[in-house]
Amino acid sequence: MTATDIRPTTDALMKSQAPKKPMNTGQFIRWLLLFLGGIAMIMPIAYMISTSLKWPHEVYNLKLIPDEPHLENYTYVLEDGRFYWWFVNSMIIAVITTVCNVIFDSLVGYTLCKFRFPGRYIVFIAILSTLMIPTEMLVIPWYLMSQQFGWLDTYWGIMFPGLMTAFGTFLMKQFFETVPDDFIEAARIDGLNELQIWWTVAMPLVKPALAALAIFVFLGNWTAFIWPLIVTNSVEMYTLPVGLSSFGDEADVAWELIMTGAAISTIPTLIVFLIFQRYIIQGVVMAGLKG
Amino acid sequence: MYRNLTIRQKQIVWAWAFLAIPILFYSIIRFYPTGNAILISFQEWNLLGDRTWTGFDNYQKLFADPVFWKVFKNTFVYLLLGTPISLVVSFVIAYHLDKTRFMHGFLRMLYFLPFMTSAVAMAWVWRWFYQPVPVGLFNNALASMGIPQFPFLQSTTWALPSVLAPAIWAGLGFQVIIFMAGLRAIPRSYYEAARIDGVSSWTVLWEITLPLLKPTIVFIVVFSSIGFLRIFDHVFNMTTNNPGGPLNSTKPLVLMIYETAFSAFDMGYAAAQTVVLFLVLLVVSLIQLRLLRDS
Repeated sequence: MTATDIRPTTDALMKSQAPKKPMNTGQFIRWLLLFLGGIAMIMPIAYMISTSLKWPHEVYNLKLIPDEPHLENYTYVLEDGRFYWWFVNSMIIAVITTVCNVIFDSLVGYTLCKFRFPGRYIVFIAILSTLMIPTEMLVIPWYLMSQQFGWLDTYWGIMFPGLMTAFGTFLMKQFFETVPDDFIEAARIDGLNELQIWWTVAMPLVKPALAALAIFVFLGNWTAFIWPLIVTNSVEMYTLPVGLSSFGDEADVAWELIMTGAAISTIPTLIVFLIFQRYIIQGVVMAGLKG
Repeated sequence: MYRNLTIRQKQIVWAWAFLAIPILFYSIIRFYPTGNAILISFQEWNLLGDRTWTGFDNYQKLFADPVFWKVFKNTFVYLLLGTPISLVVSFVIAYHLDKTRFMHGFLRMLYFLPFMTSAVAMAWVWRWFYQPVPVGLFNNALASMGIPQFPFLQSTTWALPSVLAPAIWAGLGFQVIIFMAGLRAIPRSYYEAARIDGVSSWTVLWEITLPLLKPTIVFIVVFSSIGFLRIFDHVFNMTTNNPGGPLNSTKPLVLMIYETAFSAFDMGYAAAQTVVLFLVLLVVSLIQLRLLRDS
């Protein structure tokens, strides 16, 4: 499927195509059930946030709205220092990995899409074939490699496996198909070199795809668990998911503090979603239908 | 020297220059480790001592291990419950959401929001929900209605579905959005023709909508199956006091791999398990593609 086929779909997705008529009883029941289902869907998130604002004595009652909401749990958890570090670690790792993916995946995707050279097909198939290999199969060799080169318990050790992804490369290759060859040819005649053409001509034309890729990579690394769990061993190097997991497992930790930690690791992505909702949903559709 | 090249030759130089670092990356970080994992699976190695060649010993040990078969079965139970349930539920939601105009964007947001959460954070939230009285939300709610307690994570029967529920919940929003995009891609004229012919909406669903949604359904089935076969974050975090428990009743293959490699440090045995996981993913995806594409 080409991008020209997709665009009307993603735009149309933003609003319902159902006819603009007053609801009859059947439609109202449908709406009500969907509404109640939607409320049920966000209940776990709502209870997590509500509990993080409660005093210990009201944590175990069913009330969603705390009697006296307060931020003491957040102060306590952040003053402890660990969550602050884990947050910073997660942010650094997710941001660097995202930048790296946006640059390299699009550079490779662009090259495979717009250049004609011997070996192009082999390189493409080779990169695509890595999609079939599950991460879990690679963690043991990665661990041995990290041990050998002293990468255990470092940012580089956490990041290196995800700096480029076949998924991102394939996604970007599909999107560069929509950039007309004439534009590139014209830039070449104007005397731009190939690196300049890629960066100043082609990249701006695929911005929506870059945004989609960035969101996917960021979310994936922000929530990544198994590899950071394996490669880190000192508390200061944990990422948020690894830290939360070890924090929850400590003896006698109060549930409202665990909920506060969970909220700290969830709220940033929820805020990003609420701001960029339109782009994220479009991105999911683009990536889902193309990737 | 570069100046004397033809335009085509210059392009070849640029292409390989652009690909140099990525090719190095994929060789060292993807291809070499893949080969290495297969190699280690034929060796005996506890990280400290020598690597000794043992042929198929690890695989024989694995297939003779009752824990492996338990884990293998659990992994497929996750798949066989998770994929159909999430497929049907997300289709029903998408189908009706597609026909709803009032507050459409808001409803869609409610369903999508869980997809943006972190699996580890939500595993802990659900773990709290599942606790016995007076702690857990679900059992407190049951108690307030006078219904007997439900064992959730304590029961060998119910622990697995309890662990699976948040995994299904978190992925639902993604599938709803993909289904809605698929529904929008069906040309309106098909529905108008059906309406003129006076066909019932049930027939329209089975004769027009579902057959035309096939590519979307294939994508969702394959994508979610891979996810359920690789389940780890939820299980690990909801059972940290007894990983994969009670009595291995929730343990999936990835958790067994993690424990063998990083608690027991039996690298050869763990590598053999990863090779089995790879083969399972490959075979399941190929069977699904074959069945769904042809029928």
